[in-house]
Amino acid sequence: MTSLPAESAVKLGLVIDLDTCVGCHACVISCKEWNTGTGGAPLSDVDAYGEAEGTFLNRVHSFEVVRDDAPPMVVHLPKSCLHCDDAPCVTVCPTGASFKRGEDGIVLVNEDTCIGCGLCAWACPYGAREMDRTAGVMKKCTLCVDRVTSETLPEADRVPACVRACPAGARHFGDLNDPEDPAARLSAARGGMDLMPEQGTRPVNRYLPPRERDEGTVVNLVALADPAEDAEAGGGLRWLDRALAKLG
Amino acid sequence: MPEDQAPGAGETAAREARPRVAKTTCYMCACRCGIDVHLVDGPEGRPAVRYIEGNRDHPVNRGVICAKGSAGIMQHLSPARLRAPLKRTGPRGSGEFEEISWEEALETARSWLAPLRERAPERLAFFTGRDQSQSFTGWWAQMFGTPNFAAHGGFCSVNMAAAGIMTLGGAFWEFGTADWERCEYFMLFGVAEDHDSNPIKMGLGKLKARGAKVVGVNPVRTGYNAVASEWVGITPGTDGLFVLSLVRELIRSGEIDLTYLIERTDAPWLVVEDPGAADHGLFARGGDGEALVADRRDGALRRWDDPEAKPALRGRFEAGGRPCRPVFELMAERYLSDAYAPEAVAETCGVPAATIRRIAAELAHVAFERAETIPYRWTDWRGVEHDHVVSRPVAFHAMRGVSAHANGFQTCRALHILQCLLGAIEVPGGFRFKPPYPKPLEAHPKPHGDAAPGAPLAGPHLGFPRGPEDLLLDAEGRAQRIDKAFSWEAPISAHGLMHMVISNAVAGDPYPIDTLFLYMANMAWNSSMNTSGVMEMLTRKGDDGEYAIPRIIYSDAYSSEMVAFADLILPDTTYLERHDCISLLDRPISEPDAAGDAIRWPVVEPERPGHAGVRGFQSVLLDLGARLGLPGMVDDEGRAKYRDYADYMVRHERRPGIGPLAGWRGDGESQGRGAPNPEQIERYKANGGFWQAHVPEEARWMRPWNKAWWDWAVEIGLVDAPQPYVFHLWAEPLAKFRLAAEGHGDRVPPEALRERLREAMDPLPDGRPPGAEDARYPLHAVTQRPAAMYHAWGSQNAWLRQIHGENPIYVPGALWREHGLEEGDWIAVESAHGRIEAPAVLMEAVNARTLWTWNAIGKRPGAWALREDAPEARRGVLLNHLIHELLPPKGDGMRWSNSDPVTGQAAWYDLRVRIERVAPRARSAPEVGRQASPVGVGPEVVAYDGKGTT
Repeated sequence: MTSLPAESAVKLGLVIDLDTCVGCHACVISCKEWNTGTGGAPLSDVDAYGEAEGTFLNRVHSFEVVRDDAPPMVVHLPKSCLHCDDAPCVTVCPTGASFKRGEDGIVLVNEDTCIGCGLCAWACPYGAREMDRTAGVMKKCTLCVDRVTSETLPEADRVPACVRACPAGARHFGDLNDPEDPAARLSAARGGMDLMPEQGTRPVNRYLPPRERDEGTVVNLVALADPAEDAEAGGGLRWLDRALAKLG
Repeated sequence: MPEDQAPGAGETAAREARPRVAKTTCYMCACRCGIDVHLVDGPEGRPAVRYIEGNRDHPVNRGVICAKGSAGIMQHLSPARLRAPLKRTGPRGSGEFEEISWEEALETARSWLAPLRERAPERLAFFTGRDQSQSFTGWWAQMFGTPNFAAHGGFCSVNMAAAGIMTLGGAFWEFGTADWERCEYFMLFGVAEDHDSNPIKMGLGKLKARGAKVVGVNPVRTGYNAVASEWVGITPGTDGLFVLSLVRELIRSGEIDLTYLIERTDAPWLVVEDPGAADHGLFARGGDGEALVADRRDGALRRWDDPEAKPALRGRFEAGGRPCRPVFELMAERYLSDAYAPEAVAETCGVPAATIRRIAAELAHVAFERAETIPYRWTDWRGVEHDHVVSRPVAFHAMRGVSAHANGFQTCRALHILQCLLGAIEVPGGFRFKPPYPKPLEAHPKPHGDAAPGAPLAGPHLGFPRGPEDLLLDAEGRAQRIDKAFSWEAPISAHGLMHMVISNAVAGDPYPIDTLFLYMANMAWNSSMNTSGVMEMLTRKGDDGEYAIPRIIYSDAYSSEMVAFADLILPDTTYLERHDCISLLDRPISEPDAAGDAIRWPVVEPERPGHAGVRGFQSVLLDLGARLGLPGMVDDEGRAKYRDYADYMVRHERRPGIGPLAGWRGDGESQGRGAPNPEQIERYKANGGFWQAHVPEEARWMRPWNKAWWDWAVEIGLVDAPQPYVFHLWAEPLAKFRLAAEGHGDRVPPEALRERLREAMDPLPDGRPPGAEDARYPLHAVTQRPAAMYHAWGSQNAWLRQIHGENPIYVPGALWREHGLEEGDWIAVESAHGRIEAPAVLMEAVNARTLWTWNAIGKRPGAWALREDAPEARRGVLLNHLIHELLPPKGDGMRWSNSDPVTGQAAWYDLRVRIERVAPRARSAPEVGRQASPVGVGPEVVAYDGKGTT
C-alpha cells in the first residue's frame, strides 16, 4: 500500500465549466494525441478498425436532465482524474506505482513499477483510470505534467493539452489552492463544485455548474406584452406616422 | 515511492525530441484553422508527425483546435489511404481494381476527355465535393468548355449563401459573423456545428464568459443547443414562420429601427402594385433606371440615393403612370396579418405563443434598450461625415439546418429581414461582414453556359441570374446543364445541384453524358439522396451492355464507397502532403477586421512505399489540362504552363495583378494587387501559412455605405470600383421570375411548373412550411453530423470513430412510450420512398414529433479499410435511403425534384416518416452488399508512439 504525501501547498488542477462545454470532444482527442507520444507506453487502440476499444485519459459523458417545469437539458461532463487530496487509487496501490506528488498534488503512475493489477481503477469512484490493454499498465490523466512543468515549451503552452485545445474556453488550469489564481477565482465566482463529494476523496478539480436554463428575461415593453392592442385591421402601423414625424 | 524520484511520464522524452514546427492549414473539415504540426525524426530519418495543435497567431482559431484537428494524425496515417492510381477490373461497385502507373492513368483520362472536348464538351460532368479550390477547379472546367461544373454547395447550404447575398450582399460563416465581442443576445438556428466550427465555439465561449443570452432554435438539443440559455425545440421546416411571427410582433409594436430601414435598406423603395400587369412587383424606376422613393413631405418622387430625400414608408403613389407603394408598407401589411400572430403559428412551429412574444420582446429590449451610441468618425459614400455609430447587440447565425428544406431560401430571407428590422448589421454587437464582403448582388457574376466544341466557356459557371433572361436554357427551353441548374426547375441555383447529376445523367434528361468526373464527393454513399438507388444507377447498363454513365473518373485520398463505383481512380494526397491556397477568389479566411488568405504545403512528403504513389489533385488537373491543351494551361508552344499547383498558386493571374494569393505580391511588399512573386510561398510559410491585411479603423463599421471601406477594397483588389448599395427586403429578381410564371415576357416556364414557381418566387418570404401533410407519415426525421466528425471523413479515423461509431435512431420520449419501446429495441423507419431498420435510443430533449440520428456514420462493408465487424458497417444506417431526389408523384404524374424551387438546394430535412418496432437484426437494413478493398483492412492494434509508427 502506498502513502499519500503531506498536503501540498500547491494544488494544480482543472476547472471545467459545464455551462459552456458543448461536448465537442476536442479535449478528449488532444489529450490522447499529446499523451500517446510522451515517452510512456502509447495509448493503444485495440481492434482499431473494428469494434475498437482504446485507452483514453479523458472522456466526455453526456446526460439528459429531465425537469418537471422546464424543457429537458443535456449536460456534457468531461471527466478525467480529479487529482484528489485523499486519493484512494494511491493508497490502494501495492507497489507504489500510483503516487501523488508532494510539490503540486498531481497524481501519477510510474509505469516501470505498475504491475497492471487494476486495484487502483477499482478504488477510483470516478472511473478515471484505464488499463492499457496492449501495454498492461494503468493509464490516467497526468495533468500533462510534462507540459506544465516544461522548461522548453513557450510559457503560454505550459498548460494541459486539453486546456490548450478547448475551443469554447470551458477548461481552466491553475493552482486551486491559491485564492488569487484566476482559475480558483473563477471557481469561487461561479460556485465551483466537487464531483461526488460524498465519496470523501476531496478532489482538486472543480466543476462549474450549468447556469439556469430556459428562463425568459422579464422585459417591460408594454406594447409587446399586450397582444390586444392594435388589434384593429391595419391599425398595426398607427405608431409609424408618429415615429416618422419624430425623425423630421 | 518518494515523489521526487519519478519524473512525469515522458517529460524527458518530450525535451529530447525537440520537435520542429511546420505551420499549415487544417483540412479535417471546412473550417480552415491554422495548425502547428510538430515533427520529429521518424522511421528511416523521415519527418513524422508528433502532434498537431492550433496556431495561436491564426485568425480563424487563435490557437484552439477541435477533436478532428487533433485526430489529423490518424487521418494522415489512415490505412484507408489510397496508394496508386487504380483501373477497375471487376464490375462497378465491386471494388476490384488493379494498380496502374500515373502515366497510364493520365493518358487514359486524356484519351477519354480529348474527344469530348472536340465534339461535345457538355458530355463531361465535372463535380467536386468538399473542394476548397473551386476558383481553380471551376476555371479548369471553364477552359475545358463543359457547362457541367459545380461543387457541393447545392446539397449543403446554398440557401443560406444565396439568400444572404441577395438580401444583404453577404452571408453567414465565410462572409460574415456575429460580433462576439459585443453581442448580448445570440440566436442560433438549426444545425450549424461546423459552419464554422471552432469560431462558433470560441464565440459561444466569449458570450458565456460574459453571461450573454444564447437562444438555440433547433428540433434537437445537442451540442451548441445543449449550452443554450434557452432552447426552442422547433418543428423542422417552420423556422421561417417562427421568425416572421417575431417580425410581426416587432412591427406591430413599433420596435424596429426606422432610421436604419430608411437609410440602409430598400424599405422606402416604390414597388409597382398592379396584379396581372407585366411590371407588378418590380421597383418603380426613373428614366435613368434608378429606383425611386416618394418624399414623405410632398409625395414627390426622388431617386433612392438622393441625399435630400425624406422617404415615405407608407402611402399610395404613382410613378410613370403606374400605381406603387413603398416596400415597407407591403411588408408590414403582409406580416401584420393574423396568419403570423404567435397564436396562429404556435402549433405548427411547436413553440408556445407566449415564448414567441417574449423572445420578440427580448430582441427589442436588447437591440434598442441596450444600444449604445459609440463615437466613431466615418464618411459615407455620398461624402457625408458621421461622428458616431449605434450598436445593436443582437446577432444571429444559421446554416445547414434552415437551409436544407424546400422553403430554406425564404427562411433565410426571413431571418435577414429580421436582422434589418433590428438594424443589427454592420453595427457593433450585430452581424459583421468578412472581406471580400460586403458586396451587392450586382457585383456577382451571372451564370455562364452556351458550350461550344473545342472552346472554353465565356465566363464562370456559377452565378446569380437577375431574371429569366439569365437562365441557361437551350433554344427549346430545356436546361443546358446536366443538373438543370439555372433552369425553371431551380432558377437561382447559385451552387448547382450536384445531387441531381447522377439520376439526370442515367435518365438522359436533359441529355446523356459520357464521363462523370468527381472529386472528393462520396456520391455513392452519404452525399447522395436515395443511396441504394444511386448505387443501382451507377451500375446500370443499357441494352448495348454499356454502363448508362459510360465512364467515371474519381479522385479521393481514401478508399471511400465512391471509389468502388469508378473506373479510374486518381489518388489524392492527405492534407499534410499537399499545396493548397485558401483564396480570396474563393473561400478565404477573412475576419471582420482583416482580409486574409492561407496556404497548405507539404509538411511531410507523400510516400506510399511499393506503390506508384499519390499526387495532389490540383497538380494532376493541371497536368491533365496541359495534356488536353486547355487554354491558360499551356504556353504558345503547347507545353505545360505550370509545373504543379504550387507554381499555379504563385504565377496564375485571374485579372492583371490579381492572383490566387494576395499576400507578398510584386517585390514582396505589395498586397492584394501586384505582379507574381516567386518567393510568395516562402513568405507565407515564414508568416505561419497565412496572410492578413487589416481593415483601416475608419472602414470597420457600416461598410456597405462607408467610403473608406470601398476605397480600401479597391486598393487591395477585392473589387475594381466602389459599389455602395442598400439591403433588399424586397427580392426583385424573384418578382421577375414570378411574372414569367404568370406568362409575362419572352421566356416563360412550361405550364406544369408555373404554379409552383409563382408560389415560390415571392419577393417577400411567406413562411409556409415545406411539403404537404400526409397522415401516413406524421413524423419528421433529420440528421446532423457530430462536432467531432463534421466534414471529416471520420469513420476511418482510429480515434474519432471511438467517439461516434454508432448512430442509433433517437426517438422522442412521448413517441417512445406510445410505441412501448424498451432499451435495446430496433425500429423500422419508413418514408414514402423507403425503409430502414436500426437500433433505437430514447431521448427527451428533442421536438416531440422528430426523430434524428447522426449522419454518415453508417458505412458500406469493405469501405474505408474497416473490418467486417465494424459497428459502422453492422449497425450504422443512413437516412439517405429514405430520401428520394424526386418527390412522390403528384396527381398529374409529375415528379418534382426534392429541392428548394428557388435555388435547387437539396431538401434533406423535409423527410416525413413513420416508425414501428421490429425484431433486432444482425445488420441494419437495407443491406447494400460489400465492396472489395483496394487497400486491405486496417491493423488490429494502433499504438501511436508519436514518431510516425502505429
